[in-house]
Amino acid sequence: MRKSAFILAIAPLIFTVAACSGESGQTTNTANPPTSSSANQATRNRWDTIKSRGQLICGVSGEVPGFSFVGTDGKYSGIDVDICRGVAAALFDNPDAVEFRNLNAKERFTALQTGEVDILSRNTTWTLSRDTSVGLEFAPVVFYDGQAIMVRKNSNIKSLAELKNKAICVQTGTTTEQNLADQMRKRGIAYKPVVFEDVNITFATYAEGRCDGITADRSALVSRRSLLPKPEDNVILDEVISSEPLAPAVAKGDTKWGDIVKWVVYSLVKAEELGITSQNVDQFASSNDPDIKRFLGTEGNLGEGIGLTNDFAARIVKHVGNYAEVYDRNLGPKTKLNLARGQNQLWSKGGLLYSPPFR
Amino acid sequence: MTNNNRFWQITAQLIAIFVAAILVTILGSNLNRNLQQLGIQFGFDFLKQQASFDIGETPIAYKATDTYIRALSVGLVNSLRVAITGIFFTTIVGITAGIARLSDNWLVRHLSLIYVEIFRNTPLLLQLLFWYFAVFLSFPKADNKMSLWGFISFSQNGIETPWVNFSPEFSALLLGLIFYTGAFIAEVVRGGIQSVPKGQWEAARSLGLKPGLVMRLVVFPQALRVIIPPLTSQYLNLTKNSSLAIAIGYPDVYFVASTTFNQTGRAVEVMLLLMLTYLTLSLTISIIMNLLNRTVQIKER
Repeated sequence: MRKSAFILAIAPLIFTVAACSGESGQTTNTANPPTSSSANQATRNRWDTIKSRGQLICGVSGEVPGFSFVGTDGKYSGIDVDICRGVAAALFDNPDAVEFRNLNAKERFTALQTGEVDILSRNTTWTLSRDTSVGLEFAPVVFYDGQAIMVRKNSNIKSLAELKNKAICVQTGTTTEQNLADQMRKRGIAYKPVVFEDVNITFATYAEGRCDGITADRSALVSRRSLLPKPEDNVILDEVISSEPLAPAVAKGDTKWGDIVKWVVYSLVKAEELGITSQNVDQFASSNDPDIKRFLGTEGNLGEGIGLTNDFAARIVKHVGNYAEVYDRNLGPKTKLNLARGQNQLWSKGGLLYSPPFR
Repeated sequence: MTNNNRFWQITAQLIAIFVAAILVTILGSNLNRNLQQLGIQFGFDFLKQQASFDIGETPIAYKATDTYIRALSVGLVNSLRVAITGIFFTTIVGITAGIARLSDNWLVRHLSLIYVEIFRNTPLLLQLLFWYFAVFLSFPKADNKMSLWGFISFSQNGIETPWVNFSPEFSALLLGLIFYTGAFIAEVVRGGIQSVPKGQWEAARSLGLKPGLVMRLVVFPQALRVIIPPLTSQYLNLTKNSSLAIAIGYPDVYFVASTTFNQTGRAVEVMLLLMLTYLTLSLTISIIMNLLNRTVQIKER
C-alpha cells in the first residue's frame, strides 16, 4: 500500500526528468551545443577536434549546380565544395577527407553555431549582422554576386517596374527576401511575394506559373535555370538589385580555425596571381622567386604560424588548383552555366580578388 | 497510515520540484554560457526592430517597415484564419463521412470508406503538396480565368469571388487540413455512434421514428459523449498541423517566426515564443471543448 502510494507520488518526478531531458534535446536542435564540454571544444579548438576526427565536416547547400550539387554519380561538385576540399587538402593533404552535409538556408547558421559543421561553405552572403550578432566569422569572399530577377520570356517584362502588382517567388531565410522588399519599397512598386522555405519548391512554383518572376542571386538564377523544364524560355533581367559577397564562414570565437579557412581562400587567389596551377605546381618547387618559395613553403615557416604544415598552400593548389581552375571547372565557359568572371577576376585584371601578402 | 502516505507524497513532490529546478538552472546557465561564447545576448528587444521583409497575405495592415512583433501578429492572424475555418469545415466533413460510413446504402458507405482510408493513411505534407501543385497550380493562368456562374472564378491567383479572394496557398492549406483531419473525425464519429447500444436504436425505431430522426434525436446526442474528447484532439492536431503551411508558402505564424529567427539569429527566443503561442492556442481549444463536453454529459439528478 505504502509502496504503491510512493510510486504514485514520484510519478511526477519521473515525468519531470523525462520532460527536461526532452527539452534539452530540443534546445540542442535549436541553438546550444549538446554539452558544455563539447561546446568548448566546438568553439575554442575546432582544428584539434577535426584533427582527432581525421575529417572535415562541411555544410553546403547541395542544391545549386556550380556551387554545390550532388551529381548523378553521388559526388559533390561546385565552387563551395572545392573550398572545402581545399581546406581538407591543407589540413590532411587529402581533398577527400571531407564529409558534406546538406543544409537549407534556415538550418545553416544553427548548424555552425552548434558545431554540427566545422565550416559553412554555402553561397552565404556576408552581412554586418551575420558577422556580429549571429555569431559567424567570415572568411574572404569567394564569389561576388548580386541579386536579380528572372521572368518568363513571353511575359514581355523587361524591368523591375513592370512587375507592379505581380507575384514574385522568393526563398525565405536568405538576404534575398529583404533586398527585394527594400528595392521595391525604394521604387514604390507594389508586388506580391510568394515565399517558400525550400529552394526546389520555390522554383517549381515559378515553373508552374504561379509567379510572374522569381528572385535570387544572379548566379543561383543561372544555375537553377539550367534545371528548369525549358531553360531558354526564361530571361534574367539586367537590373542587379543588391551586392551579394558570398563567403565561407566559421563559428565566432576560434581565431585559429578562422585563420586557417581565411588563408586557404587567399591561397587560391595568390596561386592564380603567381601563375601556379595544379599542373605546374611541382615545377615551381625549384623556383628562385622568394615570393613563390614562401608561398609553397620551401622557404620560411608561414604554415606553422597558422598551425599547419609549411607546404599547406602547395597542397591546396596540387589537389584543387588555383582560383581560376576552380572557377572554370564549376562556373566557367566550359560548363553549362557559362558565367563570365566579371568582378570575380583578379584585381590585376580589373576584378575584386586580392590576396594579402604571404609573408 | 494516511498521514504516512501524505508524508511520502509531499516529500516526493518536493524532490520533484527540486530536481526540476536544478535541471532548468543547469540547462539555462549552459545555454547562457554558450550564447555568451558566441557573443549572442538573450532577450526579446529584437522584436521591436524593423522586420524589412514583405508578407504575401496581410489580413491586418502590415508593411516591410513595421516591427517583427507586427509581422508575427500578421502570421498569427493568418494561422487563426486557417485554424478556425478549418475546424468549422472539417467538423462538417468529418461528421458527414462518419455517418456515411454507417449508411445502409452500399455506394455511400464504400465511398466514405475509400475517402477515410486514403486521407488517413497518407502523410499530410504529401497531401498539401498535392493540393497545391496538382490542384491549385494547375488552374488556368490569371488572365485566362475559369468562371463558374459568373461570380466565382478559378485561376492560378486562387479562388476569387466578389467578396473575398483566397490565394492558392491558403486554399491548398485549408483543403488539405480539412480533408486530412476530416478523415480522422469520421472515424471518431463512427466509433462514437457504434458505442451507442443497439437497444437504443431498436427502442427508437419501435417508437416509429424514421432512420434520420433516430440518428438525430436518439443516437447522435448519446454518441457525442464519446465523440467530443477525441474530437478535441483532432482540433488540436488541425491547429498544430497548420504550421506545415511553411511547405507551400502560406505565411502563418510559424513561417513568419522562422523568417524572424533566420534574420535575427534568435533561435531560442523565437522558439520560446512559438511554443507559447501554440500552447495558448491549444489550451484555448481545450477549454472551449471541455465546456462543451460538460453540457453533453449525462447529468445525474
